[in-house]
Amino acid sequence: MENLIQQLINGLSLGSIYALLALGYTMVYGIIKLINFAHGEIYMIGAFVGYYVINYLGVGLIPALLLSMSFTAVLGVIIERVAYKPLRKSSRIAALITAIGVSYLLQNGMIYFVGPEVRSFPQVVENSLYTIGSFQVSKMQVLIIVTTFILMAGLQFIIQKTKMGKAMRAVSIDSQAAELMGINPDLVISFTFFLGSALAGAAGVLVGMYYNSINPMMGYAPGLKAFIAAVLGGIGIVPGAVLGGFAIGLIEVLISGYGNSMVRDAVVYGILIVILLVRPSGILGKHAKEKV
Amino acid sequence: MKKWVAGVTAMTALVLAGCEAGDVENQTGDEGSVKLGSMFELTGAVSAYGNAEANAVSLAIDEINEEGGIDGKTIELFEYDTKSEDTEAASVATKLATQDGVSAIIGPATSGATKSAIPSVNRAEVPLVSPSATDDTVTIDGNGDVQPFAYRIGFQDSFQGVSLAKFAETELDAQTAIILGDNSSDYATGLSATFKENFSGEVVGEENFTADESDFSAVLTRIKNEDFDVLFVPGYYEQAGLIIKQAREMGIEQPILGPDGFGNDTLIDLAGAGNVSDVYYTSHFSVNSEDPKVQGFIESYEETYGSEPDMFSALAYDAVFVVKQAIEEAGDNAPTAVNDALAELSDFEGITGAFSFDENHNPIKSVTIVELQDGEEVNTTEVSPK
Repeated sequence: MENLIQQLINGLSLGSIYALLALGYTMVYGIIKLINFAHGEIYMIGAFVGYYVINYLGVGLIPALLLSMSFTAVLGVIIERVAYKPLRKSSRIAALITAIGVSYLLQNGMIYFVGPEVRSFPQVVENSLYTIGSFQVSKMQVLIIVTTFILMAGLQFIIQKTKMGKAMRAVSIDSQAAELMGINPDLVISFTFFLGSALAGAAGVLVGMYYNSINPMMGYAPGLKAFIAAVLGGIGIVPGAVLGGFAIGLIEVLISGYGNSMVRDAVVYGILIVILLVRPSGILGKHAKEKV
Repeated sequence: MKKWVAGVTAMTALVLAGCEAGDVENQTGDEGSVKLGSMFELTGAVSAYGNAEANAVSLAIDEINEEGGIDGKTIELFEYDTKSEDTEAASVATKLATQDGVSAIIGPATSGATKSAIPSVNRAEVPLVSPSATDDTVTIDGNGDVQPFAYRIGFQDSFQGVSLAKFAETELDAQTAIILGDNSSDYATGLSATFKENFSGEVVGEENFTADESDFSAVLTRIKNEDFDVLFVPGYYEQAGLIIKQAREMGIEQPILGPDGFGNDTLIDLAGAGNVSDVYYTSHFSVNSEDPKVQGFIESYEETYGSEPDMFSALAYDAVFVVKQAIEEAGDNAPTAVNDALAELSDFEGITGAFSFDENHNPIKSVTIVELQDGEEVNTTEVSPK
C-alpha cells in the first residue's frame, strides 16, 4: 500500500509536466485547429533559457521561471506569426507539416548552436527528502506539483475572468462571428500561443531542475506524450488536458512500478489508438461547449 | 524536365571527374611520408567521444613527427568527421582507403560506426584500428571468422561483464544483484547477458529502460523494496548519472556497478557529486596511474587542449602508437604489410596497459575498475583476463 502511494506521488510529478505541456497543445488546437508539433521544442528551449539565466545571471528559481516563460512566450508568438499565420487559409495538413518542420528546425538549430551533448542543470534549489509516515516526497516533487497548480489556476483565471479570456473563448467557438463583434482574431491567436508557450517554458525549467539533465532532443518524447494526454482528455478542452496529463503520468508510473517497464511506451501509444477508435473526442469531449 | 536531366548529367560528370583526380593523386603519392587516416564522430550525438579521440590522435602524431617520424618519414594525417552517422562512416572509410591511399585508419569511436566502416576497408585491404569499439562482434564476422583488417585497442564488452561479475563477488562480497539496463542498445544487452552468465550469485531482478528516458522513479521505487547487494547499470553516462542521482536520493544505498560508458565527467555533474559514492565502473585507463608515460601524456594533453584527457583519448593515443609499432616491424608502409604486422603485434607497451592481439584482433589486457566516492576517483582495482 505504501509502495502504491509512493508510486502515485511519482506519477503526479511526472503527470504535472505532461499536463503543463498538454495545455499548450489543447489551447492552440481549440483556437485554430492546429496541432502544434513544435510545442515540445518550445519546452526544450525553455529548459535551455533556464540553464543560461541561472548559470550566467545567477538568478534563483522564480526569476528563472519567469524569464524562461517570457522568452518562450515571445518565441511562440514569433513562430505563429512567421510560420503559421501565412498558412491560416491553407489546408490543415499544410499547417501540420509546417509545424513538424518548425519542430525539426528548432531541434537541429539548438544542436547546431549548443551541441548535442547532455548537460547538467544548475541546482538552485537544494533538494531534500520529506518523510511522511512511511513514504517520501522530495522537495522538487512538491515544487513541481505546486508550481503546476499555481500556473493552472492562473490560466483558468485568465480564460474565465478576463476580457482576453472571453475573446479566446469566443474565437474558439466561431472566429468569424467573433470578428464581427469587434474581436481581433489575430491578436487572440497570438495571445493563445503566448500563454501556451509560457507554460511549456515553465515545464522545461521544472524538468531541468527535477532531472538535472537537458539536451536539444529532450522535447521529442514528452511532446508526443503530452499530445496523447491532450487527446485522451479531449483535445481543445482545457480541463481535459490537465486530466489527460495526470492520467498519462500515473499510467506510466504504474506500469513501470507493477508491470513491465518494457511495455510502458507501447501502452501509452496504444492508448492513443484506442481513444481515437473508441472515443475520438476524448474523456471530456462529449458535452464540450467551449473549446479554449 | 530537360534542365533537370542536364543538371544530373553535369553532376555525374563532376563526381566522375572528382574520382579520377583522386586516383591520379593516389598514384603519385609522396614517398617521403606515411599517410594515416583519422575518422571520428566530431559532430553529432556521440561527439564527446569522437572529439576526445581525434584530439589524442593528432597529439600523438605531432609527438611522433617531432621525434623524427616513423623510420625517418613524417606522418601525414587525413582527418574526417563521420558526423556520428554510420553511413557517413562507411563512405569516409572508402574515401580514406581508396582516394587518400592511407597506410592505416584510426577510428571511429563507436561500435556501430566501426562495423559499418569495416566492409569498406576489407574491400580496399587497408587496416582499421578502432580505439573504443567494444562490441564483441566488431572484429568477427557473421560466420565467427575474424575480420582480416579490423583491430581494436579497448577490451570487448563480454570481458567487461565478466570482470564486473568477478569484482562484485570477490571485492564486494555480493550474493545477489539487480540489473537495470538500457535495452535499446547492443552494448547494454550484451553486458547484461555476460554479467548474468558469469555472476555466481543470484540475479534477483532485471529491469529495463530506453535511451530517451529521464524519469526512473517508478522502477527505482520497485527496486528499493527488493533485497539485493549490488545494482548493475549497463548503460551510458547520460542515463546512468540520472539513475545514480534518483537512486541515492530515494535512499538506495547499495553499491552501483557500471561499464566503461560511465567514464565521462558529465556523469558526476548529472548525479551531483554528493550522490556518487560506492560507484564502481570499468575503465581502460586511470589518470591516477604512477606510470611516467601516463603522466607525460596527461601533461601534454592538458597543455594542448586545456582539459584532462579521459580514457577515450588514452585509447586513441595508444592506437596511433600501435600503428607506429606495426609499421616499424613491417619495415614498409604498404597497407597489407602493416596489416600483417598488426596481426602479429605483441608486447605493445601503452598508456592503457601492455598487450598483444589475440587471434580475433582483440587486445589481451587487464581491466581497471575505478571506485568513486563523493564524485572523486579514490581507488582502482585491476582484474586480469582469465
